Amino acid sequence: MIEVQHLTKRYGPVTAVNDISFRVERGEILGFLGPNGAGKTTTMRILTGYMPATAGKAMVAGFDVFDQPIEAKRRTGYLPETPPLYPDMSVAEYLDFVAKVKGVPSGERRQRIQQIMERTRIADVATRLTGRLSKGYRQRVGLAQALIHNPDVLILDEPTAGLDPKQIIETRELIKALAGDHTIILSTHILPEVSQTCQRVVIINKGQVVAVDTPDNLTARLRGSATMYLQVDTSGADAGVSLARLPGVTRVVESDRRDGVIGYEVDSEQGRDVRREIARIVVSSGWGLLELRPMRISLEDVFLSLITEDEAATPAATPVEQEGVTVHE
Amino acid sequence: MSNIVAIAQKELKAYFASPIAYIVIGLWALMYGYFFVALMNFFVRQSMQMNQFGMQGPQAMNVNQQLIRPLLQNVLILILFLMPMVTMRAYAEEKRSGTIELLLTSPLTDFQIIVGKFLGAMALYGCMLAVTLIHIGLLFLYGRPEWKPIVTAYIGLLLMGGCFIAVGLFISSLTRNQIVAGMVTFAVFLMLWIITWIGSFSGPTVDKLTQYLSIVDHFDDFGKGVLDTTHIIYYVSFITFGLFLTAKSVDMERWRG
Repeated sequence: MIEVQHLTKRYGPVTAVNDISFRVERGEILGFLGPNGAGKTTTMRILTGYMPATAGKAMVAGFDVFDQPIEAKRRTGYLPETPPLYPDMSVAEYLDFVAKVKGVPSGERRQRIQQIMERTRIADVATRLTGRLSKGYRQRVGLAQALIHNPDVLILDEPTAGLDPKQIIETRELIKALAGDHTIILSTHILPEVSQTCQRVVIINKGQVVAVDTPDNLTARLRGSATMYLQVDTSGADAGVSLARLPGVTRVVESDRRDGVIGYEVDSEQGRDVRREIARIVVSSGWGLLELRPMRISLEDVFLSLITEDEAATPAATPVEQEGVTVHE
Repeated sequence: MSNIVAIAQKELKAYFASPIAYIVIGLWALMYGYFFVALMNFFVRQSMQMNQFGMQGPQAMNVNQQLIRPLLQNVLILILFLMPMVTMRAYAEEKRSGTIELLLTSPLTDFQIIVGKFLGAMALYGCMLAVTLIHIGLLFLYGRPEWKPIVTAYIGLLLMGGCFIAVGLFISSLTRNQIVAGMVTFAVFLMLWIITWIGSFSGPTVDKLTQYLSIVDHFDDFGKGVLDTTHIIYYVSFITFGLFLTAKSVDMERWRG
């Protein structure tokens, strides 16, 4: 449904997006994750036809956004970071205007606006001026605006930014419910959002794609080795040496110690469960087993490790790589 | 076409939803009314003097020549002051508030957006001109002016206002600051108005050139009741060129990001 190939965007000397490629299948929700300034908004603006790319190609619903912008835009709904509202218009007037310019036939317009207002729960403010609305309502009017022409593709730039927790959950539910009929790209820098709403994640940093995968795979990938947290009461004795000697254990780190109770982080080989061995050695040594649990790796860790890895690896190589891209294009 | 109408309607609504339309039309009506009264007094005094010098009878003064023509020429000054207020927000405001993202990501061409905005501003200008018809109507009530030169004068006013609007739109598309847009527009309008002043001292070539460039000079014939295609073509090309520059400026902004 959406296909991005070797997309590059430069603002003068600054490269905002550097040779990124990804695909989104019909009905999928793709999360676009990255720190501020990573190039999320730029990529979305290119996809929506707001600005052209310096190099590369982007297809939306089978239409090239640069060569057939009108056709592509007809099939795209876009919610920019700040909802594009005219403060002097009422919500109903505003949606009517958007419906007109998005090409909703005049016969269906009224009904369509009603439907969308109910779906995004803004029917109660239909006659209020958009400039007087609270942040939450504005965001929802923005979402209504993106949905009004029933587009195949929805591009949402930080749709939950500035909402309160209840509204965030409601908005996420709405986005999930929209998935089947629409293909959705949503950008965010909030990690739980991605694991909760998206089927796939593209992590981008400094204009480059760092990883594309499902949230689960990404977490699994980082967990090259599984880590257990173990808390034992040894009355002061060091358990580290005997733990490290266990088969399958690759590393033992003491993480905390208090009144003879010591906490260890025990790394083991991937796919090998060492919990039984650990329990056995603790019991046979006469220590008290207080806690033994696998340490969950959150998407947050994945994210941080990916972007720090990236930072450590790139500085020297960056200029050369960029040259390579230019030549390649 | 329906897209252009939708944009134009939106623009006109925006003028009337904000204080701009009321302030512009109000000031316009006030100042125009003042000009009308002042010129009317002058006209009445002159015709009374002519009566005293024994020129009674059929040789009454010509209302068209002596009153309506100078009146409509004074309107130019009002346009100079008020039109920047009409056009300054056209693009600058959309850029500042981010609504330009909505327009540029909607299935609209730049041409449709620009022409829509142009027609929206023209419609407001039309409302302003409609106010002046009241005064002209009063003249018809008490005198017998000829209607044909009045029609040509209004055609001229519309075309000339269109030129100012096209320039104003272009300047508004260059910035996201309304105040900057308004001030630059005012300066440019002023230049276009006084450009002929240097002409008379600088030799025949410059004189001709400045006269040709002066939007205001081309209005003269319309005021006299002459519909000269040279001037019509001049105005239409001027408007087209202004809108073309606007289109280029919007496009450039898009590439620059």
